[in-house]
Amino acid sequence: MSILIDETTRVIVQGFTGDKATFHAKEMIGYGTSVVGGVTPGKGGQRHLDRPVFNTVKEAVNATGAEASLAFVPPPFAADALMEAADAGLRLVCIITDGIPAQDMMRVKRYLRRYSKAERTTVVGPNCAGIISAGRAMLGIMPGHIYIRGNVGIVSRSGTLGYEAASQMKALGIGVTTSVGIGGDPINGSSFLDHLMLFEQDPETHAVVIIGEIGGPQEAEAAKWVQENMTKPVVGYVAGLTAPKGRRMGHAGAIISAEGDSAAEKSELMKAYGLLVAPSAAELGATTALALRKAQR
Amino acid sequence: MDIHEYQAKELLSGFGVNVPPGGVAYSPEQAVYVATELGGWHWAIKAQIHAGGRGKAGGVKLCRTYQEVAAAAKGMLGSVLVTAQTGPAGKAVHRLYVEKAEPYVRALYLGFVLDRKIERIRVIASAEGGVEIEELAARLPETILQQQVDPAVGLQAFQARELAFGLGLNIKQVSQAVTTIMGCYRAFRDLDATMVEINPLVVTKDDRVLALDAKMSFDDNAMFRRPRVTEMRDAAEEDPRETQAAELGLNYVGLTGDIGCIINGAGLAMATMDVIKHAGGEPANFLDIGGGASPERVAAAFNLVLSDKNVKSILVNIFAGINRCDWVAQGVVQAAHGLRVPLVVRLAGTNEEEGRRIIAGCGLPIISADTLAEAAAKAVAASRGESVR
Repeated sequence: MSILIDETTRVIVQGFTGDKATFHAKEMIGYGTSVVGGVTPGKGGQRHLDRPVFNTVKEAVNATGAEASLAFVPPPFAADALMEAADAGLRLVCIITDGIPAQDMMRVKRYLRRYSKAERTTVVGPNCAGIISAGRAMLGIMPGHIYIRGNVGIVSRSGTLGYEAASQMKALGIGVTTSVGIGGDPINGSSFLDHLMLFEQDPETHAVVIIGEIGGPQEAEAAKWVQENMTKPVVGYVAGLTAPKGRRMGHAGAIISAEGDSAAEKSELMKAYGLLVAPSAAELGATTALALRKAQR
Repeated sequence: MDIHEYQAKELLSGFGVNVPPGGVAYSPEQAVYVATELGGWHWAIKAQIHAGGRGKAGGVKLCRTYQEVAAAAKGMLGSVLVTAQTGPAGKAVHRLYVEKAEPYVRALYLGFVLDRKIERIRVIASAEGGVEIEELAARLPETILQQQVDPAVGLQAFQARELAFGLGLNIKQVSQAVTTIMGCYRAFRDLDATMVEINPLVVTKDDRVLALDAKMSFDDNAMFRRPRVTEMRDAAEEDPRETQAAELGLNYVGLTGDIGCIINGAGLAMATMDVIKHAGGEPANFLDIGGGASPERVAAAFNLVLSDKNVKSILVNIFAGINRCDWVAQGVVQAAHGLRVPLVVRLAGTNEEEGRRIIAGCGLPIISADTLAEAAAKAVAASRGESVR
């Protein structure tokens, strides 16, 4: 098992015919992902990478039975593409695009709430590396060869730091069920918590690694949930211990961030909630090995 | 992106927010001229910098004569203000705002912020403006009034009224406060702000409600559709190296250490800096080369890092997904000719073998590393003048 995607997941690519989308769609197909077509408005009826191109997501879903999409749409049009995907009934959309206005994402999140929880689209990203279920399917831009199949789940805000974790684990012979990049933007489609809940339900996943960054409340929220609900060991790491305090404008930001925003404060919270905190990014693999030994006991 | 007080007031007044009359000055003569144009008997001379806490640091002076205006302007222009929000280096003053001083009877606080926790705009108000509001919020949270805005319908008038009555305003003042609150919200939404703050929002003896100060920050990602705001950018307020980096598609923040860092991805960049520190070194900078970096962009990153004279070694750490190690390697080789400091390179991910082959075959004394820990240890040793292979 894995979470979110596997080799049977039928995938379309939004913004299919662009250069980057083409390159990464090829990589995804090469990895074994079931890419069944794509969407580029105005290019419907053409074929690209030997697959059909559609004008709208609805047409693509009707014709191919797609359930997930990878969106490679430029920032000004990204929110629109996400809402179109949700409206067409896709179960999962992964958006790689970097540079989407925060208020656009705010509207997307609000739009998703018109559907009941059971029918709501899961959005992963933006500004992320995507999702990979090792050895099964890839919905993203990561280098597939650094992941081996195994029993650890990864959720990371940073794409490259997620790669770092996977490669350290590979060097120790530890494999991955699914790795999810949730993205580094202030407002993202799904959070650490959303994916921790899925990993908790996945019988093949024995431990989870969550990799956070400075800023935002998501790591603290996830850590609290781990203590209260998670039966599997969770490794935590927060990048940015040495990051300088940012310049500040006004007081409003300080008023709303009651819980700590800094890497040190978040690491302390993680420890307090019983996570195994990796002492440095160079020890993500070793700390995960420790967590797996704990899981076996 | 941040803007100055006078620019924020110009934008907000376009949305119906009342502000005192004022004008910008770049010299003491101009300041006096603006004061004569404004008329009246009292003027506030305010240093325009992108930070708060100016009052306590001497960046706001109340003047009663033109001589006082000239003297205050002369004292402020060219000086460096160090406030609670600037950091120890402070900020140089190049512009002043001369404003007609308004006596007031009450000073309130009004703030709007994009709240990551609720993923909505949150409105914050307090009857105690001007003071260190975050301390008050921590000590007496019940004194802070709040409203959340549903993005589907926007801020509603009843929410603004609840805030206004909650601040203890009388009915004449409430209608003006509602106009101010709704105007700030529309400016926030229509201009893609991330923060709007009126501190203080004052009430005059004759029941007028005025924004005495105004701060606005904007979402950099949305500036492609906000040309009017983009024009307000003041390059003098930004670190020139950071501005130059942004133009090259790089994200750079200068620090005080001696190990130059060239990394892809903000998370990996921060983590690498942490590992350098763990290994006993000090990073000279944060630098994220971003996705899809060309050899030219990598070479430009080297120039930027080397413009810091404290740099004693450079660490390139690339874990390529959307990037390609072979392209990065080409850029590294271009830049490494005649390099004055030792260079440690770690390449992993997409096309890593090709990238490593380019580095190994270039005949330059580049130190390679396979893991993050090894790369950091080698960069730290090299910065101390130890010989590293």
